[in-house]
Amino acid sequence: MNEALFIYSEEQLTYKFNDDHPFNHVRLNLTHDLLRDMGALKDNHIIPPRMATDEEIALIHDTSYIEAVKAAGEGKLSAGVANNYGLGTEDTPIFPHMHEASALLVGGTLTAVDKVMTGESQHALNLGGGLHHGFRGKASGFCIYNDSSIAIEYMRKKYGARVLYVDTDAHHGDGVQWAFYEDHDVCTFSIHETGRYLFPGTGAVSEKGAGQGFGYSINIPLDAFTEDESFIHCYETALRELIEFFKPDVLFTQNGADAHYHDPLTHLSTTIKTYHYIPKVAHELAHEYCDGKWIAVGGGGYDIWRVVPRAWAIIWLEMTNQKDLIEEELPESWLKKWQPKSPVTIPPKWSDPENMYPPIPRKQEITEKNEKMLEKALYHIRNEKK
Amino acid sequence: MLVEEAMKTDVITVNKETTIQEAIELLEKHKIRHIPVVEQDHTLIGIVSDRDIRDARPSIFHKHLDDDQFLQEPVSKIMKSPVHTAHPFDFIDEAAVILYEKDIGSLPVVTDDDKLEGILTETDVLHTLIKLTGAHQPSSRIEVVVPNISGQLANIANILKEHDVNVTSVLVYPTKDTKNKTLTFRVQTMDPRQIISEIKKKGYEVSWPALPRWSYDE
Repeated sequence: MNEALFIYSEEQLTYKFNDDHPFNHVRLNLTHDLLRDMGALKDNHIIPPRMATDEEIALIHDTSYIEAVKAAGEGKLSAGVANNYGLGTEDTPIFPHMHEASALLVGGTLTAVDKVMTGESQHALNLGGGLHHGFRGKASGFCIYNDSSIAIEYMRKKYGARVLYVDTDAHHGDGVQWAFYEDHDVCTFSIHETGRYLFPGTGAVSEKGAGQGFGYSINIPLDAFTEDESFIHCYETALRELIEFFKPDVLFTQNGADAHYHDPLTHLSTTIKTYHYIPKVAHELAHEYCDGKWIAVGGGGYDIWRVVPRAWAIIWLEMTNQKDLIEEELPESWLKKWQPKSPVTIPPKWSDPENMYPPIPRKQEITEKNEKMLEKALYHIRNEKK
Repeated sequence: MLVEEAMKTDVITVNKETTIQEAIELLEKHKIRHIPVVEQDHTLIGIVSDRDIRDARPSIFHKHLDDDQFLQEPVSKIMKSPVHTAHPFDFIDEAAVILYEKDIGSLPVVTDDDKLEGILTETDVLHTLIKLTGAHQPSSRIEVVVPNISGQLANIANILKEHDVNVTSVLVYPTKDTKNKTLTFRVQTMDPRQIISEIKKKGYEVSWPALPRWSYDE
């Protein structure tokens, strides 16, 4: 059995809205290169993604929506109809062959799922996936098809698995949450910047699921300017208690890398330190509770030069127990290749500099507020344990 | 928005001979607090609330009286009449004012000939508020402080139009001093940076969100 597989091909970069769009899958290329240059990723680790079939996409999405995406990609969808499906907006503009590009991202996540669920590999990573805002019949927040929702439903149908979904993207994982809101075989956990101002606005601690699914949606909204210590504490405490409570068959993590201080779209203040902890805890718990079954996908992350390559490379290094390959400096060959293309100076080190940002005056208040959110989020789990 | 768009139409009703016992069971079974009392042709004649029933109940300190006897009385003995009502074509805000001013929890909705068409409860009004603020739709929120003079909303709306961004909701409310107003927009985009910087360029104060602390242009 393989320890881990890396789902990747250059074709994943065809999911591209336009040159000015903040969602840019060059990130995949940057991360792949970084891992190659440090000798952590070999040919036999890499599996190209397959295409998802229409039937698979229809596990979550309406057939009329899939038809609309196809038509849009061929330039055959009128602006009025497109608008009803959230297509052709500034967030999710129409681009040629958008159905094929989106179906490939979904297929990548399904490839990862199959490799893990059939026992071919313990873990699998598809950084091209993690498009957690996609809705049943509507594109939203840069996401067309929701690969994560599809993969979870696929695992339930094909393998009868109970799935714990963990979403550390700075934006609330709304698409996945609503898809399984009334389901008690899928538990969704999202930790994110509060939706008071930030897109999509949902993800309040009071959103706990409905009907049979009550108690199986967990949300921890963090205050703006939350730093490493508080983020890590909330994440780790919640995940440990949650996994013990839910006892899933498989762990599925969405690894948006946009909670970093440098991220241009959000207002959290974590550093690369948080991105060491997120996969570390997931890895440990996957072995403890899920017989190692762990599927990880990408997600948001809009500082594609200074943050995402390091944050995502660490997931792979953690999965394959190769973190000892991390030296102080990033590989010179990688910096040489990519620095000329970057509009900002890429930090040459794996760790972020001390004093990267000025001290945050309300730190104490923010920490206490987050702690209260954590308590509220876990209230019913802790009650049940008593 | 009209009352008929927000009201519930599958109303649980009783007639005037229904016993208080049966009314209690209906309240509990359907988790409701109000039951309209109607004639056979659906003409509204009264309303019974959980509070009316509570008032009719003997005190728990009067244990030895024939407690349960009152349960067999008809609801007509305790129902409130005449009833505060709304019309399907009333504005929801008018109905909300009645609920608030009369300090009541629901309004039966009747046509001109007093036939019951639906019921509008506090919960329905609250749900409407959620819809009006757009809080249930994926969106980003932007708050702009503008001078309290005409044309300001149009100026900001124009910026949104130029960026081709759909607006989920707009709220206008006065600030503490009357010189300014706060405009709150919910817009359907995950990336409001361009819009915020345009608004600022036009000289307005964006009270939140703050622009990121750096940008690629620096």
